[in-house]
Amino acid sequence: MNTSRFDAVFATLVLGAVILWFAPAGMGRYGTYVLSLWLVTAVAVMGLNLTLGIAGLKSLAQAAFMGIGAYATALLTTKAGIGWLPAFAISGALCFAVGLLLGFPALRVKAHYLAFVTLAFSTLVWLVLRNEQWLTGGVFGISNIPRPMIFGIKTDNALPFHRFVVVVTLLLALVLWWLVRSPWGRAFLALRENPVRAASLGVNIRAYTLLAFAIGSAYAGFAGALYAPLVEFIDPSPFQLSASFFLLLMVVAGGSGYQLGPFVGALLGVVLPEWLRFTGGLYLIIFAAIVIGLLIACPQGVLGLLERGWIAVRRRPVGSNPPIKETV
Amino acid sequence: MKQSILALGIAATAALALPAAAQERIKLVNVVELSGAGATAGTNWKNGIDLAVADINARGGILGRQIEIVHYDTQTNPGNTRAAVQRAIDEGTYAVLGPVFSGPIGASMQIAQRAEIAQIVGGEAAGLTRQGNQYLFRTSLSQSAAMPKIAAYLKNTVKASSVAVVWVNNDFGKGGRDAILPELQKAGIRVAADISTEQGQADFAADAIKVKNANADAVFVYLNEEESARFLRAAKQQGVDKPMVGETTLLGAKVIELAGDAANGVRGHVGLSIDAPVPAFQEFGRKFQARFNYASDHNGLKGYMAVAMIKWATEKQKKFDKKGLADTLRGATITPAEEPGIMITTKVETNGDLDRESYLAEVENGKQIIKATLPMINP
Amino acid sequence: MAEFLAYLIAGLATGAIYALAAIGFTLVWQTSQMINFAQGEFVMLPAILILAAVKLAGLPVWAAAILGIAAFIALFGWGFKLVIVDPMIRHGVLPLAIATMALSIIMKEGAKDGFTAEAQRFPSLVPQETVSFLGISISLQHIAIIIVACLAIGTLQWFVTRTKTGRQMQASAQNPNVALILGIPVAQMVMLTFLINAALAALASILISPIYLAKFSNGEVIGLFAFIAAIVGGFNQVRGALAGGLIVGVIDSLAAAYISTSYRLAVPLVLLVVIILIKPEGLFGRKEERGV
Repeated sequence: MNTSRFDAVFATLVLGAVILWFAPAGMGRYGTYVLSLWLVTAVAVMGLNLTLGIAGLKSLAQAAFMGIGAYATALLTTKAGIGWLPAFAISGALCFAVGLLLGFPALRVKAHYLAFVTLAFSTLVWLVLRNEQWLTGGVFGISNIPRPMIFGIKTDNALPFHRFVVVVTLLLALVLWWLVRSPWGRAFLALRENPVRAASLGVNIRAYTLLAFAIGSAYAGFAGALYAPLVEFIDPSPFQLSASFFLLLMVVAGGSGYQLGPFVGALLGVVLPEWLRFTGGLYLIIFAAIVIGLLIACPQGVLGLLERGWIAVRRRPVGSNPPIKETV
Repeated sequence: MKQSILALGIAATAALALPAAAQERIKLVNVVELSGAGATAGTNWKNGIDLAVADINARGGILGRQIEIVHYDTQTNPGNTRAAVQRAIDEGTYAVLGPVFSGPIGASMQIAQRAEIAQIVGGEAAGLTRQGNQYLFRTSLSQSAAMPKIAAYLKNTVKASSVAVVWVNNDFGKGGRDAILPELQKAGIRVAADISTEQGQADFAADAIKVKNANADAVFVYLNEEESARFLRAAKQQGVDKPMVGETTLLGAKVIELAGDAANGVRGHVGLSIDAPVPAFQEFGRKFQARFNYASDHNGLKGYMAVAMIKWATEKQKKFDKKGLADTLRGATITPAEEPGIMITTKVETNGDLDRESYLAEVENGKQIIKATLPMINP
Repeated sequence: MAEFLAYLIAGLATGAIYALAAIGFTLVWQTSQMINFAQGEFVMLPAILILAAVKLAGLPVWAAAILGIAAFIALFGWGFKLVIVDPMIRHGVLPLAIATMALSIIMKEGAKDGFTAEAQRFPSLVPQETVSFLGISISLQHIAIIIVACLAIGTLQWFVTRTKTGRQMQASAQNPNVALILGIPVAQMVMLTFLINAALAALASILISPIYLAKFSNGEVIGLFAFIAAIVGGFNQVRGALAGGLIVGVIDSLAAAYISTSYRLAVPLVLLVVIILIKPEGLFGRKEERGV
């Protein structure tokens, strides 16, 4: 956990954003769309990475929070006529608040009961989205969700919207990067490494775990706020329990606890299926098998594997040229 | 420098921007539910398309060009559907086939519309064709066309004065339920119970008991295939002895196979059926059974007809013009004499809805028996 | 009253299936502290394997049943423990729980791509008749499910509390270190719980598939309800899982009847949350001393 590693993360994030800004050139709208979907998913995975990888909590409601964010943004921008930016902020804040409300009683009992409570919550959210047709459009969903207008620039087309997603994702990733380096983040890490010791050092475990969960949920809300205008249509199906499981698998596949892990995990979860389309229905099996293989061989995920490989090649500790760079 | 760092990104670009297929072949992309909740419907639809493509290619293709068919799975997820439709268009598909479920159609139809490419779908929800999309075409009657026929059937033939409605709470079932309730009211039929069930629900015992206690003159069942079968079996176990009335799916081959004895006596309206008194339908049913080793449902027929619609319109306009395809289809009447693959005279309304004959049927001894043929609404 | 009784019996039959799945769940939890998110798929798969043996290998039903169940227990009892649990348990229970989520995807997609996406009929051991009793129709299949499940669970309870092997299994679950000192073959006892779990899942599969039809996606609902049943009843007791399964089954049935069909699923979930908040060890569980 030396400082140079965090700086490398920072450099990779900025460099990655610059590359992704230009990447869609000649890619077609489909390729651009998949890149945008990758980043949006990565935002949700980032949040879950904070909850799981850094605070060590298992949340099975990340997709449900994403749904809350997506519906909040869709409703605010279509029915209430509010601009995207305030809708985005409200979506995040709403998920943060719901995260606090949900996490507070659950974490009071025992940390791993959060998984059970979020599992129930996830399905309850789906039921409300599906049944309350007057508000959410029910099974018919909400269509014609507008894409945002930012500083007078319309993002209706694939490329401007992709660039917009790149910027928002970069900002969100940098906030998280800053957060993990801050005293708060160090408390999170201390918590994960050794809760007992952290408690003895005066870290208020419950408060910090709750905060990590709420921030992680807020990120799902942000991801939802991006997802709604990306797809321009939402219905309850992408926010089901199985989607939450899938996001969890992405965290683990990328490398739980690694700052860049969510990008690798979402790459495996979102872009890999598109590459593997030629296999017919087999890509889900391939993805799941990769995850199991990784968990057996290296529970730290792809980034953990790369780090291990790098150390083996270099035969010396990670220095100024960290391995993470090669994965973005 | 850029390449070395961006290895994955570049690989993505390369993989996503596949070169167009060889010029002699005409590329069609089918975007459909091959996994997730829509897998059964989507697999039938896909198989119907494969059969149509094989038939057409064996007879020399369209305007002398062979069809190259590609299937993309949507996982029954709107976001993925959108990606797949976008990919199909970027890869130069001549028209988009699918999907079948209405939610994913709603998520992807603007893309084909923007690209001015015809999208021929299997969806039945009434709302799809009410959005003024000039590029969306159905392959079956919409719910708003089918439900008045059901209500009339319940009133005139079944002579029911009260009905219990059992529906699946997805876009298909909710759409059907929202379409039938006003029709029942118009026909003066009371709704004795309005029972929502889950997609993929396995246990229908409680629902069957509820239906039994409602004590209505008839039960209108609007569920997907497997759920229909499970419900019929549960209803039989609970001793429900009122007539079971359905729309197309309830009388489908798959439901009859799965429900066994419990399907006997089921009746209702059938839009498309391999058992209809049309030789072309029965011939299709035999070919489908021979190739895929199970009986096709209406989605198989819909997939087959979707390709036939493309063939007919292309030969009509005598060229492979994507926008022209949609223009030619709109308002057209396709007859089996002109294009055998359409199997039955089909009128394409200007909003993308279809009009064609349909049937009243009953299940007797495990066979769907057609009792009457209903004329087209606006012949 | 007759109406209530009909809902009750239907709920008990479904609940008995949830109980079978939930008991396996709790057994595995007791010995390995792991949550098996693929439990629903464990109930889905044996029926599919049996049908595959009938349709693809052309075996008669009885031979296919024996082969299918044996193959399932070997693969998902013994193989599951050896290939997935053993190498992963040293990394902690969290990766293991996540691995079972991935496993559930593989089982589901494998059944779909390897066999069929369509629901299939499954032969029933019990005639599909109904008997009339106090003015309500009761299906023989439901009665058979309740009886067989209760017998299986009773046998298991007897085995665990009355036989030497069963008590060794209990001891290994409660305190592996002490058990090891006492000379109990802990590793074998843990393996035994995995085999029992697979056997119970196979039993549930055979009982329920004639009613539910065999389909790759059936595990989703069963898994969720087994999970709820295990938590409501108590994660560390066989009788807790039995009671939990029956309670959840009945509540689900009554919710459909008297509350709202479109919010039916919400009722057991709300019960789950309430139980966690007021009695986290479950209605019939005992408090756990061990931290997780």
